[in-house]
Formats: sequence, structure tokens, C-alpha cells
Amino acid sequence: MDATAFPYGLRVLVVDDDPTWLKILEKMLRKCSYEVTTCGLARVALDILRERKNKFDIVISDVNMPDMDGFKLLEHIGLEMDLPVIMMSIDGETSRVMKGVQHGACDYLLKPVRMKELRNIWQHVYRKKMHEVKEIEGNDSCDDLQILRNSFEGLDEKSLFMRSDSDTMRKRKDVDKDHADQESSDGNTVKKARVVWSVDLHQKFVNAVNQIGFDKVGPKKILDLMNVPGLTRENVASHLQKYRLYLSRLQKQNEERILGAARQDFSHKGTSENLNLRSSFQEQPSNIANGYPHASQNIQTQANMLDSQLEDTKSTVPLPVPDKKRTLASDAADSQNVTSASSLGGVLSFKSMPVNQDRKPSETMILECQAWTGGIPSKQFMQYPKHNHERCDLLGDYSCLPKPDLEHPVGPSNLYAPPPLISMSCGMEGDARDFSDVKPAIMDCIKSLSPALTCTVDSVSVQLSDSVVTSIDGDLKSSGVDGLPSIKDCCLDQTNSQGSLRPSQEPSIIGSTELASLPEDLPSYPLHGVSLENIGLSSIDLLNYSDAMILSGLQSNWYDDLEFSSEMMDYPSIDECLFASS
Amino acid sequence: MSLFPTGVAASPRCSLFRWKRKLPNQLGRAKAVRSVGDECSPRGYLDEQFCQVEDLQDEANPNFAEEVVSLFFKDSARVMLNFEQAIEKHPKDFARWDAHMQQLKGSCSSIGASRVKNECTSFRNFCGEENAEGCTRSFQKVKREHAVLRQKLESYFQLLRQAGPAGTATRPAGK
Repeated sequence: MDATAFPYGLRVLVVDDDPTWLKILEKMLRKCSYEVTTCGLARVALDILRERKNKFDIVISDVNMPDMDGFKLLEHIGLEMDLPVIMMSIDGETSRVMKGVQHGACDYLLKPVRMKELRNIWQHVYRKKMHEVKEIEGNDSCDDLQILRNSFEGLDEKSLFMRSDSDTMRKRKDVDKDHADQESSDGNTVKKARVVWSVDLHQKFVNAVNQIGFDKVGPKKILDLMNVPGLTRENVASHLQKYRLYLSRLQKQNEERILGAARQDFSHKGTSENLNLRSSFQEQPSNIANGYPHASQNIQTQANMLDSQLEDTKSTVPLPVPDKKRTLASDAADSQNVTSASSLGGVLSFKSMPVNQDRKPSETMILECQAWTGGIPSKQFMQYPKHNHERCDLLGDYSCLPKPDLEHPVGPSNLYAPPPLISMSCGMEGDARDFSDVKPAIMDCIKSLSPALTCTVDSVSVQLSDSVVTSIDGDLKSSGVDGLPSIKDCCLDQTNSQGSLRPSQEPSIIGSTELASLPEDLPSYPLHGVSLENIGLSSIDLLNYSDAMILSGLQSNWYDDLEFSSEMMDYPSIDECLFASS
Repeated sequence: MSLFPTGVAASPRCSLFRWKRKLPNQLGRAKAVRSVGDECSPRGYLDEQFCQVEDLQDEANPNFAEEVVSLFFKDSARVMLNFEQAIEKHPKDFARWDAHMQQLKGSCSSIGASRVKNECTSFRNFCGEENAEGCTRSFQKVKREHAVLRQKLESYFQLLRQAGPAGTATRPAGK
């Protein structure tokens, strides 16, 4: 095999509790010239994937594992990272294979696995990329598509598929420069142009599903009802599949809660989460204001805006969100639709609202940023790092962030910016070079945003590359962000001081800190540990998944994650299973 | 060294099969195995998968097969121990027993331990029938086969080592 041609260097993660198989598979894959990482535990595998997002092309997992069912792992990966997953088992019963396919496996191998079967796994990676191009097709203008296509096809496959996602980004960056003025959704700025199921979008989806009737639902019907331009039937179909899986799993876990009220639950939960966030905002302003003069004002404003906004939309529905927020159930209306499908939902409701008010986009964005600080675990950020719509908006709109006076016409797209801000920066952790793309915009943004948020973003960006750090540092004046240590400190301080808050705002900071510390930065693990402990179940889940429906499930998962965060602190054990092999 | 059948260098794949025949034959019987097919039959101790494992051996991992085999025995011993405890703690918990045996079966498939694997399958059949006595008998067989295979493979690798680097070098790695 030509050493430079695809699929040379395909990055594979193998998960299997059987050490003998792990060893054999590793050797087989290495012989195929793939880059292999092995893992004996499903949960650790998930952590690895979250941590090193975009560092893997494909996952191979056994079905029968002691700590987590292989199908559950498959589901998680599909929802969070959207990587192709191949299942393996000694059991080749049709029902099992079918279950695998239903849960989203792109292939099902029978043990004993032969090397020739492993040689061809790259096809799943390739197929997925092709699908993504097709999705872009549906979403973007012809020009953008053309550019994307050119870059996609013209790229040396090696650079396209190998770890050089950054290379891909670089090429697109060049393209970006040509279209620097474009603010509309661009496929070319997106590394992996996927439809991002924002809270808003998902809410529309859920509404459509509810309207049609869950039993009679079908992708085409949903698509028509949602009436979102650029959304394709495929997008809806795959999202529906995930939604169904998610629901069925929830049903098993939380029968009493789900019974009959599944749909309402989701939207409600979001709302209550939202409420939490809102109240936390109101409670916190002073805290936040302490160190951050900027912030206080913004927060106040935002809180007010948030309130008014919420009232407008009647977003609040207290929800039987487990063990929380009952108290916050004040405003609850029975609306399912309330945009506030999640805490972010409440905030994000701004997003969807045409900004007719005199609210300045910058304020709005700051608000949203603040809201995001409500808790965005980094890993969940990762999910939607580069939604084409949002991202382009980000790029375009960042310049207007710092100035309170409106410089750019406020459009719904503007509102999308802040959340993506965080998610984008988080998501870009692996693309240091590309980050410089948005650097100017982000720097401006950073200047104006509260230091808390700044810390968030900055810590992420700092993590990315030295060059980025220095340039960002150079531009920062107001915030106390001087460099990585201080950023982290500031984040930590926030964390510590407000650690008791449940739907606290820390999480976002923590999250970003965590994010910052996560990417291949072992020394920062203590931060990781700290952050996770403080993260409540509430808004975080909402924010990141942007899927109200996942809330409750996430909550339970979140506990799981919390456990595992502490596991993460035990490096030696991780080393054993990971680093020894990779 | 005549322990190695002359055919080894020519067809390194599944050389073990000739060995498997040879080992018990060393003492007396001198039946030569002609075709790999015979040894790949269910009656054989190891199947094609073992060839695959041996083929993975190369310069980077010169003792790969032996490492894998010893890893298998270490892990499967642990699995069987857990299983025995489970049998005691949860009598007639066929579902649990089945799960354990599934795990062992998967392990066996890694090195192509066909006889052990077959015993695992019959155990699982007994579980399906909820035949506790059948299960117990079957499990004893599993243990026996496991022990026998371990012995055979230990001798095998010992012989390989005795044959020296020349012996292993005659096995071209990969395809």
C-alpha cells in the first residue's frame, strides 16, 4: 500500500474488554497501516473520544462489554461525535446484527475477525464524508458548494482523511479569504459541514413530531412541518432515528417520568433548566460583577432581557426535572413549544426571535455568552463545533460584538453567535491553525465579553496554539487574561467561589477550562476534575446538546460522566489502556 | 532438528497443525498430517484463526503468537475463575452463566481454540435448556479442554524456541 495514500493512517479506536482480542486487533490494524488506539473499557473510550475529538476517524467496538453495553456506547458515539462505528461480536445472530444496525452501526463483524475485513473499514469513513458533502449541498449556496466540492475533491485524500483535519481547514481557510465578506451560512468555513441541531432547531423538530403524532411520524412530514430552509430529509431522518433511540432508552430508564409525558417532559425540562439558569443569573450578578465590572452590567441587562424575553415567549415550564428546579417552576406555562427547550433554550429563544427590539446584538450576544457560561461542558461543546450556519455568523458577527452600538444589522443569525462562539472555539481545539481564521473576530469578542467568558474562550484558544495565544493575549486589555496560567486561575477562582451553585454559571467556565485542559494536556487534569464536580445536571446538558430531549437522559449520563471524571484523574490506569497501545 | 516437519518452511501457515499431530505422535505414532484441512476440522485443537495469529508475527513482534497465547491463557483463567465463583454464588442463574460463557467463547475465538470453543457452545446450549447438570458436566469439559490446550501450546512454543531463531525465521510473516 502506498504509504501516503488514503486510507493510510486512518485513526481507529478499538474498544473491547477482551485483552487478547485487543492485542490481535491492534496488530491487525497496524498491519493495515492504520493508527490504532485500544481501550478496554467503554466508558474510558467515551472519555477518550470526548477528549480527543476529531482525532479519530472510526471506532470499532465489541458488543458484549461488562461496564457498558456496546449498543449504548454506539448510541453515545453517534449522538455526540457522529463517528462511524463498527460492532464486533462472536454472536452473529440476526437479531443482534439487526439491533446493531438499528442503533446506527455502520457494520457488524463476526469474531473471529479476519484481517481482510479490517482492511476495508476505511470505506465507512469515506462514505460518511461523502454524505456530509451531500448535506452541505442541501444547505448552502451553489458557490459555496462548488468551493467545498473543489476543496473536497481536489484535496489529496491523504490530507482529507488523515489526521490533518487542520490541513483541510487550511485549504478552506484560503477559500475563506476569498469570501471574507460572506456572512451567510457558508459551507466552506465549516470543517465538517453538518447540520447542527441547535436547541431551536430541535424544538422545531420536536414540535413537528408532536404535531404529526409520534406514531405516524416520518422524516418527510417532519421536514415539511419544520419548514427550515436548507434542512434536508436526510438530516431529519438521521435526527429522528437518534431521537427515537434516545426515547426508547429513556423509557427503559425512567419509566415513571417518561410515561405519557415524554414529549412534554423534554420541552418542560428544558424550560425548567432554563429557569434555573435565569435565576442563577439573577442571583449571581453580584458575584460575577465582583471581579468583572463589565460583566455585571451585562448580566443585569441580560437578566432583564432574559426575563422579558421569557415572558414574551412564555417559555417557562417547570419540569419534573429530577431533583431540581422544582422551585423554579414559577413561570411554567404548559407550552411545549416554548423555545426554551432548554435553559439555553430560554436564552436561545433570543436567537430565534427576530431582534426587533432595540437590544443590541452585542448585548444579546453577551447575554447568550453569559447564558452559556451557565454550563457547557466542553465535551458537549464538541458536538456542534462547526455548524455552517452558526459558524459563518460567528465569523461575520464577531466584529460587532465588542461594540454596544449596533454596527451590523441585527438578524436572527447574529443571535446564534455566542453559543457557537464557545462551541466553536472549543471545537476547534484541534485546529490550531484554523483558529487564526477567526482570531480577529474572536479577539474583539473577547475584549468585550466578560472576563469569565473571556477566560472561557481564551483558555480554549490558549490551548490551541502558541501563536494564537500570544496574539490573543496581545489584544486583551480589559480582562485579566494574561496567559494560560492566569486564565486557568481565573476560571478556577470562579469555580471555587461559586462552586455551590447548582445551575451555576461556573460550569461554562469550568467547562471551558475543562475543555482547555482536556486536549492533550494532561497536566491540567486537576482542572478537569474540579470542573466536572461543579457542573450541575441542568443547563449544561441543555446547552450543549441543544436537544431538550436529551436532557433527562443526559442528566443520568452526566452522573456517569461525573464518576468518570474522577477516573480521569487517575492517569496511570488510563495510561495502561491507552497509551501503552497508542 | 527433525522436530520440524520439512514442510514447515514451505508452508508456514498452520504449521502448528502438523505439530499438534506430531506432539502426541512423538512418543510413538508417526502419522503425518498431509492437509491442513484435517486439522482445521472440529476435531482439531486449533483452527484457522491460529494461523492468522501466527501470520501476524513479524520483525516488529517476533514472539507475537506466543504473547497472544499466553495472554489468552492468563485472561481465560481469570474468566473461568470468575465463572466458578458465579456458579457457586448464583446457582441456576442460567442467564449469568450464559453471559460468562459467552465471554469465554469470545476469548477462545481469538486464538482459534476450537475445541474449547465447542465445549463453550454446548455449555450454552445446556443453559438454554436450563439443564443445570448438563451445564456442570459441560463446564468440566471446558476446563479439561482448556488445560489440555494449554499444555499442548506450551510444548509447542517450547519446541519452537528450541528450534531456535532459524525455526521461527522460516515462517514468513504476513501474506
